[in-house]
Amino acid sequence: MTDFTQMGLKAIRDGVAAGDFTAREVAEAHNDAVAAASELNAFIVATPDHALAAADKVDAARAAGEELGPMAGVPIGMKDLFATKGVQTAAASHILEGFKPPYESTVSQKLWDAGAGMLGKLNMDQFAMGSSNETSYFGNVASPWKKLGSNATLTPGGSSGGSSAAVAARLCPAATGTDTGGSIRQPAAITGITGIKPTYGRCSRWGIVAFASSLDQAGPMARSVEDCAIMLGAMAGFDPKDSTSIDAPVPDWAGALDSNLEGKTVGIPREYHVDGMDPEIEASWEQGKQWLRDAGAKVVDISLPHTKYALPAYYIIAPAEASSNLARYDGVRYGLRDLPEGAGLQDMYAATRSDGFGDEVKRRILIGTYVLSAGFYDAYYTQAQKVRTLVQKDFMDVFEQVDVILTPTTPTAAFALGEKTDDPLSMYLNDVFSVPASLAGLPAMSVPATLTQDGLPLGLHLVGKPMDEQGVLNAGLAIEQRAGFTAQPEKWW
Amino acid sequence: MSVTREEVAKIASLARISMDEAALDHMVPELNNILAFVEQLGEVDTSAVEPMTAVIPQEQRLRDDVVDADPLTGGGRRDDVLANAPVAEHGFFGVPKVIE
Repeated sequence: MTDFTQMGLKAIRDGVAAGDFTAREVAEAHNDAVAAASELNAFIVATPDHALAAADKVDAARAAGEELGPMAGVPIGMKDLFATKGVQTAAASHILEGFKPPYESTVSQKLWDAGAGMLGKLNMDQFAMGSSNETSYFGNVASPWKKLGSNATLTPGGSSGGSSAAVAARLCPAATGTDTGGSIRQPAAITGITGIKPTYGRCSRWGIVAFASSLDQAGPMARSVEDCAIMLGAMAGFDPKDSTSIDAPVPDWAGALDSNLEGKTVGIPREYHVDGMDPEIEASWEQGKQWLRDAGAKVVDISLPHTKYALPAYYIIAPAEASSNLARYDGVRYGLRDLPEGAGLQDMYAATRSDGFGDEVKRRILIGTYVLSAGFYDAYYTQAQKVRTLVQKDFMDVFEQVDVILTPTTPTAAFALGEKTDDPLSMYLNDVFSVPASLAGLPAMSVPATLTQDGLPLGLHLVGKPMDEQGVLNAGLAIEQRAGFTAQPEKWW
Repeated sequence: MSVTREEVAKIASLARISMDEAALDHMVPELNNILAFVEQLGEVDTSAVEPMTAVIPQEQRLRDDVVDADPLTGGGRRDDVLANAPVAEHGFFGVPKVIE
């Protein structure tokens, strides 16, 4: 009997279209896998009926000889940041617990229109703030991976940690993620899956709970470059309801995939060689260069001089935008209300927000409030936005000579839950390689490269020119074909 | 630059987040760690640099000035708007008494 949970997005879609099996069989197998994986805590809400209804619609459309969409018959996981009509959308927070949007986000609607179904809402770091999925109000997500010879529970990364755990554990062939500073790429890397953040503006932000609006982008997480290309094609596109949506046609990324990199130049930024770099990360980076050379590319050293300042700039800009965006949670219009006995309106706001936000969210709101406050605005916020201009200029300068940039995705493999929660700053350093591309709005992806000696996945990170998702995907495919990464976690849940 | 306990209490009040003494005890050193980290931006000479306003250059779009240009975000959706309110009465959001 076919194990549908081992199949990728394209294999499922093509098998359904060919009549090899029904979409319903596929949805049932994945619903069962989700129900049996509660120990991973990857889902906040399971929606088996949604998955079955979408599958039945696809099976009926096929029987009627209708044309099927590019995601037809594929059950996916939906990050809890996307508004889903009638289904709790809490951004993994207490303050939005029970919130059932009366509307559907643009990206999720596009996926349903393309024939996908929803297995459930995926756990994540609260309001997408975190790199280990330990800030969720609904509990930590456990990575399906374990270190060789250890039983410690590891992080699936964050903030899209439910997405990465679910795809790696074969609970779904693909999932949505969102990426503000690395929240698709970092969890993808440390769980051995593939994820791409497109150019800022490719995917509509309408209906995605806002964290830092000038950085937030949605993207797919799946188990192959081609599956990511197909799903990104279904998610992207102009949306007049998002004022920063790019009004440009969506290319056929999947159809144009080509791993022959002859004539292409790959840049290796010297500033990403940090002191005391993990030797296994360094070795995988060297291996990645060789793979791209083998694919025909020329590999050259480049300099991105302001790299060091990207992370501190990010930790001003993102909290500043968050403090502004999260002002809407006031206990009046939706979500939690905490009204102490005899309290007035101001006390209600303060009590509701104190009770409803987790510690990391409060930390970022306070930092953001501080850097935007009178007397500090220019020294912090304006300076950070100027540095952001310089970080972007670094990239645009090197893109005069190179087509794509190769770096490691993360500074280390997965760490244990609880290992970094005492020191917020050490947690922030996880995103040191992914944040610069976010600040510059560039397309970037992580592709699995290898396993460490401890048996944990490492990813390689590709950054491309604005609007050149194709260049990123093609280089990713060249790595994927040579890495031959087929490892998957041994089932313990 | 570092923040004092009083300053953190003031910021929390501006952000409408009530914090007790124990919460402040935790938050003050954490915020100072983060502020010390972002302080290094001061090293960068930005005297000839414009602050970023848009990461991908875009033209400001205006929608047609018509009622209900988009039925989903246009008017006439009172019940949907109120559906998730903690307290909704007579077609309005309910809040505690504001004027004594």
